[in-house]
Amino acid sequence: MLNPDDFPLYPFKESPSQTAGPYVHIGLTPNFSGITGVYDADLGTVMINDQTKGERITLEICVIDGGGAPLKDALVEIWQAGADGLYNARNEPRDEADPNFTGWGRAAADAETGILRFETIKPGPVPFADGRLQAPHINVWIVARGINLGLSTRIYFDDADDDPVLSRMDIQDRKASLIARGDGGGKYRHDIHLQGPLETVFFDI
Amino acid sequence: MSSNRAPIASFFPRDRQWHPKPLDPGYKSSVLRAPSRPLVAVANSLSETTGPAFGHDIIGALDNDLILNFAKPGMSAIGERIIVEGRVLDERGQPVSNVLLEFWQANAGGRYRHKKDGYLAALDPNFGGCGRTISGDDGAYAFRTVRPGPYPWPNGPNDWRPAHIHFSVFGHGFAQRLITQMYFEGDPLIPRCPIVRTINDPRAIDQLTARLDMNASVPMDALSYRFDIILRGSRSTLFENRMEGN
Repeated sequence: MLNPDDFPLYPFKESPSQTAGPYVHIGLTPNFSGITGVYDADLGTVMINDQTKGERITLEICVIDGGGAPLKDALVEIWQAGADGLYNARNEPRDEADPNFTGWGRAAADAETGILRFETIKPGPVPFADGRLQAPHINVWIVARGINLGLSTRIYFDDADDDPVLSRMDIQDRKASLIARGDGGGKYRHDIHLQGPLETVFFDI
Repeated sequence: MSSNRAPIASFFPRDRQWHPKPLDPGYKSSVLRAPSRPLVAVANSLSETTGPAFGHDIIGALDNDLILNFAKPGMSAIGERIIVEGRVLDERGQPVSNVLLEFWQANAGGRYRHKKDGYLAALDPNFGGCGRTISGDDGAYAFRTVRPGPYPWPNGPNDWRPAHIHFSVFGHGFAQRLITQMYFEGDPLIPRCPIVRTINDPRAIDQLTARLDMNASVPMDALSYRFDIILRGSRSTLFENRMEGN
């Protein structure tokens, strides 16, 4: 029998991942890590300005390991649509997104508390692959020492309803792990558990 | 920014046998940080197929020169001067242009400029250890640096990292986001490293091992290492599965 691995259809395989390691801040947030004068500012620290459309929110994330300890060396990136549901991307096919909203944020965990903070807006709904609307959500990517391949998850809001991902049968017991808790005043807190009874849903996207 | 790049329907699935195992007891940090439940497969939508774009305007003149970008005027970093160059391609072999690449590494003695690195080797006052560039229309990128030193790390009783440079790569979609490490051809520490060994397939390890390229080396100045980066391939949007009426 033919082994398909001996006759690949495509010339290459994706480069395998390796952990970001404990010093990821040197490369991705050098100013945060104390290496100043190389770049003006760390990328992804500012997502909004005075002109940005939408409801301002503060999103605080904490990534927690299987022993219950916050990861103090994690780096998280978020990617989200603007208030009108459009992504500020070159390959957004529908329309022009809000030019005053980058949609992309990057933060390093606080070295004492492990908390990561994003000043952003609440996104609008985005269509799913089959055309149904998805509830507003923020796409999340997590790297750190001990994480061999970046982890992908999402953050929804407490008003999320009728979403094609959240309504999947196979995640009903852990659906709450994808929903941020709001304080009613625009501040949201979200814990991401890497393991254990509260383990967050991670996606193979 | 809309419509100047063809929409992507979905990326090729990630081959998780080719990527490192999430949990590998040989790499102790992975034990409490690897998810234990299966990943949930979700069809790609614009949430995954779009991604942030970075313009060449963010790149400073010395951003891709780690020998000079932290050095005092008239000074340069200590170590073996090298050039790293390659192309960013996808699994189909197509060049991936306008990709932001960020790199970070230890200095020539194996020491990081980081408050948590307490290794005995000295800091180099003229070496910061970070750089970045954006791939060209043909997917090509290049930067100049010093060859990083190997260093010991707290894992097993006597574990050493092979010389390596960390890479962070953006594709055109957020689901292509990738962090990896580049190793150097011929380094005897590669097969001994517990982080390298989180990867099962020796061909995958070879893919992360840069090769000496004498043709691209600059005589009397710098050796060159070639390191191509492959991002997930993609399918375009011609024939989509849509709900009736959409």
